[in-house]
Amino acid sequence: MSKRFKWILALSLMVVLSVGSVALGASKEVILATTTSTRDTGLLDVLIPIFEEKTGYNVKMIAVGTGAALALGEKGEADVLLCHAPASEMELVESGDVINRQLVMHNDFVIVGPSEDPAGVKGFKSATEALKKIADAEAVFVSRADDSGTHKKEKEVWNKLPFQPSGNAWYLEAGTGMANTLNIANEKLAYCLTDRGTYLSLKDRLDLAILVEGDAILLNIYHVMQVNPDRHKVVNGPGGQAFVEFMVSDEVQAIISEFGVDKYGSPLFFPDAGKSMEELGG
Amino acid sequence: MDLIAEGIAGALRLLIAGDREVLRIALLTLRVSGTATIISAVIGVPLGTAISLWSFRGRRRLAGFVNTGMGLPPVVVGLWVSIFLWRTGPLGFLRLMYTPTAMVIAQTIIALPIVTGFTMAGVGQLDPGIRLQMLSLGASSWQLLSILIREAKLSVLAAIMAGFGRVVAEVGASMMVGGNLLGQTRVLTTATSMEVSKGNFGFAIALSIILVGITYIINVILTRVQQQ
Repeated sequence: MSKRFKWILALSLMVVLSVGSVALGASKEVILATTTSTRDTGLLDVLIPIFEEKTGYNVKMIAVGTGAALALGEKGEADVLLCHAPASEMELVESGDVINRQLVMHNDFVIVGPSEDPAGVKGFKSATEALKKIADAEAVFVSRADDSGTHKKEKEVWNKLPFQPSGNAWYLEAGTGMANTLNIANEKLAYCLTDRGTYLSLKDRLDLAILVEGDAILLNIYHVMQVNPDRHKVVNGPGGQAFVEFMVSDEVQAIISEFGVDKYGSPLFFPDAGKSMEELGG
Repeated sequence: MDLIAEGIAGALRLLIAGDREVLRIALLTLRVSGTATIISAVIGVPLGTAISLWSFRGRRRLAGFVNTGMGLPPVVVGLWVSIFLWRTGPLGFLRLMYTPTAMVIAQTIIALPIVTGFTMAGVGQLDPGIRLQMLSLGASSWQLLSILIREAKLSVLAAIMAGFGRVVAEVGASMMVGGNLLGQTRVLTTATSMEVSKGNFGFAIALSIILVGITYIINVILTRVQQQ
């Protein structure tokens, strides 16, 4: 071997090791799999630094749809989940994949659309009736179509109708996050089912108005839960537990009740720690 | 038009004010893509030269592999690297998922075939006479390799530039294995993609301008070296 080759070998080894060492230091980390709405509204950007400072954990927030977040939890690829699809979450509670599931907060879903409202659904009390009217009018509707909590809710409403929207030219399946889906609906002058928080945080850039709200089926409930550390050796049990306790603590609940008031005039989420689903009417 | 003006003004503001977050994102982009490019060059340039010069068993198959690898879609690389690095995966014990190192690994897999392939093509175009001349002058294999790489400097540097260009522009793999974590694995492409999805078009335009600026500066430097 020539000297030069040895030198190159040593150099490349050094590069690999120096990059690698960065990762090995991170042992006190908590992986939080959550929905895009909690990131896109900016709520977690406020809460996570407080948690990190209090506990010394380093949080890795992976913002995906609720379906993907639950799948990551089931695989043991996350330590704690913050989701909004109660029925799907209960499946994981029953299978023992997640434990310590607690109610954190709620807001609601709304149906938004162009202010001209071509399908004429404004003011409808029933979300199901509104979707039926949109389908009858063949007005363009953009669906998340990404197995997120919002998408699950949208499917729940469609399932009350005798037909499925999928496959129709007016029904667009975006397969992307909430903010992106709202942008698409905005460009296409379409209707869309969205959580109120994300809609409010983007409202200034959208020509979409809230047309249907207040139906009990549109309640949007967020739970935090730990991935069961007994299921996977790699899961950080104490870290997950600390995050669950943090989310339902008085301090965080107070922050949630104030979050967004300065910017949007009303809170984006309503704190619910300690309440039961029945009290919320869900 | 307002949006474009707002974006450009925003980019200048961010640059002049030296916004810490943007600076950190830009530096991480350089560090990750730069490291991946260096590793790819260190392995890919000699490998490409060797494949193009020496005949050995399986050489054609290897060349075929390299050529196929040049078109590897970043999302495919992202998925497969994720499968291996997930903490319940075969290399999970390394705890590399959602770290810059994971991004370097994915980007190296993307850049290596490009650097190797372009080097292979470049060295293959050299006058075969040089090789014979060197051998007749008693050059060792390593000496021959380094002389030929120097002779093919133009194409070798083009190969490295192409590799860097591909990984610095790549978003799918970085998003998947990095997770776009603020302050840890957020690079210019994943940040741009996220800001667009959040509707912050002005900020996204600013980031995109910075990204193109970085790519331009790196390429100017490499072109200088190339033309020396």
